[in-house]
Amino acid sequence: MPDMKVVVCAKQIPDPAAPPLIRPDTHTLDRTGKLILDDSDSYGVEMALQLAGGADDEVTLVSMAPNGETAGLRTALAMGATRAVLISDDALLGSDALGTAKVLAAAIRPIQPDLVIAATESTDGYTGTMPVQLAELLGLPSVTFAKGVAIDGSTVKVQRQTEAGYDDVECPLPAVVTVTAGVVEPRYPSFKGIMAARSKPIDVLTLADLGLAPADVGAAGARQEVTQVSEAEARTAGEIVEDDGEGAQRILAFLEQLKVI
Amino acid sequence: MDFEEDETHVAIAEAIRSLCAKFDDDYWASCEAEHRFPWDFYQLIAQGGWLGIAIPEQYGGGGRGISEAAIVLKEVAASGAGMNGCSAVHLTIFGLNPVVRFGNERLKSEFLPRAAAGDLHVAFGVTEPDAGTDTSRIATRAEPDGRGGYIVRGRKIWTTKALESQVVLLLVRTGGEGFKGLSLLLADLDPRYVDIRPIPKMGRNAVASCEVAYDDLPVEGWRLVGKEGEGWKYLLHGLNPERILLSAESIGIGEAALRRAVSYAKEREVFGRPIGANQAIAHPLAQAHVQLRAAWQLSRYAAWLYDHGRDCGEAANSAKFAAAEAGFFAADRAVQALGGMGYATEYHVERYFREARLQRIVPVSQEMTLNYVAQQVLGLPRSY
Ligand SMILES: Cc1cc2nc3c(=O)[nH]c(=O)nc-3n(C[C@H](O)[C@H](O)[C@H](O)COP(=O)(O)OP(=O)(O)OC[C@H]3O[C@@H](n4cnc5c(N)ncnc54)[C@H](O)[C@@H]3O)c2cc1C
Repeated sequence: MPDMKVVVCAKQIPDPAAPPLIRPDTHTLDRTGKLILDDSDSYGVEMALQLAGGADDEVTLVSMAPNGETAGLRTALAMGATRAVLISDDALLGSDALGTAKVLAAAIRPIQPDLVIAATESTDGYTGTMPVQLAELLGLPSVTFAKGVAIDGSTVKVQRQTEAGYDDVECPLPAVVTVTAGVVEPRYPSFKGIMAARSKPIDVLTLADLGLAPADVGAAGARQEVTQVSEAEARTAGEIVEDDGEGAQRILAFLEQLKVI
Repeated sequence: MDFEEDETHVAIAEAIRSLCAKFDDDYWASCEAEHRFPWDFYQLIAQGGWLGIAIPEQYGGGGRGISEAAIVLKEVAASGAGMNGCSAVHLTIFGLNPVVRFGNERLKSEFLPRAAAGDLHVAFGVTEPDAGTDTSRIATRAEPDGRGGYIVRGRKIWTTKALESQVVLLLVRTGGEGFKGLSLLLADLDPRYVDIRPIPKMGRNAVASCEVAYDDLPVEGWRLVGKEGEGWKYLLHGLNPERILLSAESIGIGEAALRRAVSYAKEREVFGRPIGANQAIAHPLAQAHVQLRAAWQLSRYAAWLYDHGRDCGEAANSAKFAAAEAGFFAADRAVQALGGMGYATEYHVERYFREARLQRIVPVSQEMTLNYVAQQVLGLPRSY
């Protein structure tokens, strides 16, 4: 299918390997430091590149991040994405999922994509609600939890992960699809990709450019508030059983006790 | 002076780091234990176009310099891959430099694109049983075959990657005694005429270094790099960049060792407190950090000089010396910080230690880098 236009929502997040900094005032993650491409989104980028890899196809990254951060976008551009749109505006600080969806929708609408891909959930926020809100705002159908995505004419065919296995789902394009980490194996940026990424365009937009009012987004427009953050309980140590020939039975008994078998 | 990090350099380092993260210390430890060449690592590096980073773009390479190649190799080493990772790729990244600089068009167009793509493995055959530090004594001979080519006979030792390589950049004697009688050939490692035996050694065992006997190996005339009798001159051109790359590798090993030592020193409690609280543990690790940082600055500076066509002999030799010492110091102190576990294979620092030790011998010994500085920089009399 020629001229396929895919948008990938690409979140840039603080390095998950570093200890997280929580802002005491808002109870949200401090995102003022260096940001990198959310690993969950690298799957979406790869999926998009595989679906829209033709010379006339276009993969556009759309990201909302503070301080004009582009490091994570450069990584995705180095993987092969065509261009990026970054929305960066001080008034966006404290946005909740809906606020983010409004901003991304406003940035995506003029692109008129055939397909919008997002991760099932971000690694730093984990709400998992933004993509469906985005679909609603764009007036598009959405399919979530894709573990396989294929395009067939003007239809997207999705293997939708379920607890028992997967459902085969078909949906007319344009659509919003959220992908899991099992969907494809993301490529590593190549040397030539990195060099090429340096000259790929990144449009940096403000709220005003999108025609959005500060009162609708950011902390001002947020309908969701984080009231408290507490440390996850440390896991208790497991039980170590020496296998003296009874190993298999012990495992069975343990699983039965958990009622998983 | 501008110390702002180059964005491309940062991106290169990050890309290599993320790629190397796929191959953890256990992977390298098993390659080491089984003397197994790290093919899957090599393939991923090749796919990314990293092997050709310093090969000109017209031959399919990345057209960048030693600065970028050094970043790649430092990150490979620092990932925990150490010299097993570096030696697997080093010679394809840099080994063909004399061909790039002095080779005829046929040599370049035939071999450089394959090297850049990663399907050509190159070995480097200089050292002989009786000619290591004193290269003027090379005895492997290339006699004219009467048809414009050569017949090569002789014995090399320590040829790294001879087992995996299709071709070897071979220093041979085509003329009389001394450096002027030496020429450089890009010869095939044709098993009909070449016998290769790995040398059992202390470490870096994923990549074998071999004794290679050449028994009347025919080499066609166009395989001569540049002119006859100029082989040593061509190699000299490559010595400085090679020293710079080796310095980067040493620093990478040191960083890997230091990272492990620091995390262990924070967690391991003896006498009811973390061992890192003892300055006898903390200071050597801090010193290792300082020395690695200093050596890396020197190495970056040397690479910058080389890439800008400036004379870099002093900087390259200094960087090689400083980095080999800094890397070894860091690995040694890491072993110490881990105590008995430092000696256990499972904790990996003993592997770094064995590899860091190598860096003080190759590709040129520490003594010879000091000889260079003593004579060429300080103007002291030559002792040999
Ligand atoms: C793992 C490994 C991989 C290698 N890979 C390759 C390869 O791929 N290709 C290749 O060609 N070679 C390779 N080498 C060989 C390496 O380059 C040589 O071992 C090195 O150059 C030293 O030469 P030598 O072993 O002959 O030592 P020698 O020349 O015998 O020197 C022995 C010692 O005497 C010292 N010495 C000698 N003369 C002086 C002097 N005037 N002043 C002060 N000290 C002096 C040296 O510094 C050294 O410490 C490899 C070696 C090893 C161990």
